[in-house]
Amino acid sequence: MNALMPSPRLVRAALPALSLAALLVAIWFVQPRAISYFGFNLMLNLAMPIAFATIAQLCVITVNDLDLSIGAFVSFVACVGATWLNATPLLGVAVLLGAVVVYALVGALIHLRNLPSIVVTLGMSFFWLGCSVLLLPSPGGSAPAWLAALVKVRTPLVPFAILVSAALALVVHVGLMRSAWGAILRGAGGNPVAVARAGWSLLRTKVTMFALAGFFGVLSGLSLVGLTTSADANIAIRYTLLSIAGVILGGGEFVGGRVSPVGAVLGAMTLTLAGSLLSFLRISPDWQIGAQGAILIVVLALRALVNRLERRR
Amino acid sequence: MKIARLLLASATLGLLAAPQALADTADKKIALSNNYAGNSWRQAMLKSWQKVTSQAVADKVVAAADAFTTAENQATEQAAQIQNLVLQGYDAIVVNAASPTALNGAVKEACDAGIVVVSFDGIVTEPCAWRIAVDFKKMGSDQLDYLAERLPDGGNLLEIRGLAGVSVDEEIHSGIVAGVAKHPKFKVVGSVNGDWAQTVAQKAVAGILPSLPEIAAVVTQGGDGYGAAEAFKAAGRPTPIIIMGNRHDELTWWKQQKDANGYETMSVSIAPGVSTLAFWVAQQILDGQDVPKDLVVPFLRIDQDNLEASLEATEPGGVANKEYTLDEAKAVVAGK
Repeated sequence: MNALMPSPRLVRAALPALSLAALLVAIWFVQPRAISYFGFNLMLNLAMPIAFATIAQLCVITVNDLDLSIGAFVSFVACVGATWLNATPLLGVAVLLGAVVVYALVGALIHLRNLPSIVVTLGMSFFWLGCSVLLLPSPGGSAPAWLAALVKVRTPLVPFAILVSAALALVVHVGLMRSAWGAILRGAGGNPVAVARAGWSLLRTKVTMFALAGFFGVLSGLSLVGLTTSADANIAIRYTLLSIAGVILGGGEFVGGRVSPVGAVLGAMTLTLAGSLLSFLRISPDWQIGAQGAILIVVLALRALVNRLERRR
Repeated sequence: MKIARLLLASATLGLLAAPQALADTADKKIALSNNYAGNSWRQAMLKSWQKVTSQAVADKVVAAADAFTTAENQATEQAAQIQNLVLQGYDAIVVNAASPTALNGAVKEACDAGIVVVSFDGIVTEPCAWRIAVDFKKMGSDQLDYLAERLPDGGNLLEIRGLAGVSVDEEIHSGIVAGVAKHPKFKVVGSVNGDWAQTVAQKAVAGILPSLPEIAAVVTQGGDGYGAAEAFKAAGRPTPIIIMGNRHDELTWWKQQKDANGYETMSVSIAPGVSTLAFWVAQQILDGQDVPKDLVVPFLRIDQDNLEASLEATEPGGVANKEYTLDEAKAVVAGK
């Protein structure tokens, strides 16, 4: 029996890709015209900022923390992108760099004072929201022309959003899963005591991961504002939960160290496409949230099954 | 041969005689993208859409007119929804937008795909879309014009505002400020936020009343008139002229007062049926008519003489409504 089954590790890694493929087949069945260059361009371009936000969340989850402020942070970046970055580019870049530094400091604070990350980042979410409202009290602003042009670039054969997502998944995969540094960063989440005993600074790893989260959050906000061309203080509030769902859907776990960058990017795409499919199916909006939840539960149930297989070995 | 030519001629005549709308848009599909359905006004809006468009579909004016509401009131979600509607092959999308600016990217993509986008109520600023806006400022200044007629000597005003930070509140307020500037005998002596809700308005007015001198009139934004009346009654103060906002509870109270002591006022708000105007405007654009990009929709005003008729037509718990016909929409387009 066991000889016939592929290894659970492989199944686990393939699960995000399989769920995405199943979703694509369903979309092709319901709305064939969506499976085209034009269709993918439309369906997936909003997946790009979600993929960045998911990778940001993945960085934080890697060190066994949770970031509840990523949605508000992405909104803040979008607001900066639609105001300062356009009017006074130097100030805009400085503010965005400063924001990444603030993210790193939050990581340091969580580590040094041994605070629960949920509480600190929840507090930070109000901080970012407050900054956005001060910056942009009513919806408006406009994205710099180069940014809007960049995210709408029409690449030949494969839509830009897919290329960016693939590159993102690859870079983070190599950096986090294949490099020696990545092993330490993951180890700091999975087994902090061992990593500390081996002489590595836990403070430095935490600061690095939070800074990376801030960096990917900035990319998320900039790609989002490029797509929408203007911002709103509440534009990305939903990204907090979407990014967590994306990481988990992609094979990550809340125990620290167990993450999959490729899976997380696929998870973000799955969540975006699930919304499209439900809309194509003409499911009443009252049921859509429930249906989205059901998709999550189905995938997680499959994962639990894989986990059980793993344990049986 | 002769017969064939005769047939052809009569067919041509028939085509000419048929209303143009039927000829050109029978195979067109129109979608409604709506960002919120959580209050009585939005429910009435969706109901009006359903009623008018299902008739239009049955009459073969358009092929389909489906309504979509996002699960959460979020601009990113509505942007994705609009992109999905583009893929589903709709010819026109009617939008009540979550944000005036955050949908611009998606709206532009729809326009680039050759789709007509008409926004109403919550409008979008993207230039390629049509806008059906309500002149909220005039809604504020009209209240002062009415009061100047009723009270030539002027007097003290209490202003009930809406939800702080929302653009509609700001616009109605600026109209009221402009009205006071035009009729300087009036003076706003107090201002509270009633959040367009009866209970909130009642609490807010009750809180500020003891500190106020005699009030001649209350200027409002809709949904708050009944609460204000109750607060004045509870405080034992004479009832001033309270401008109403077309809600059923407000009209009912007004009718009771009118029957009991000849109370006079007026009531003004936007009709949720503006969604049906947006539908006809989209149909007219698909039909090839020349429609200006910015349209202003008249608001719905109820006066002393048409109170009974309006109250009768309004459902309990609802808002006085007006659904548009094709001809009325054409009149709005023509700027009449």
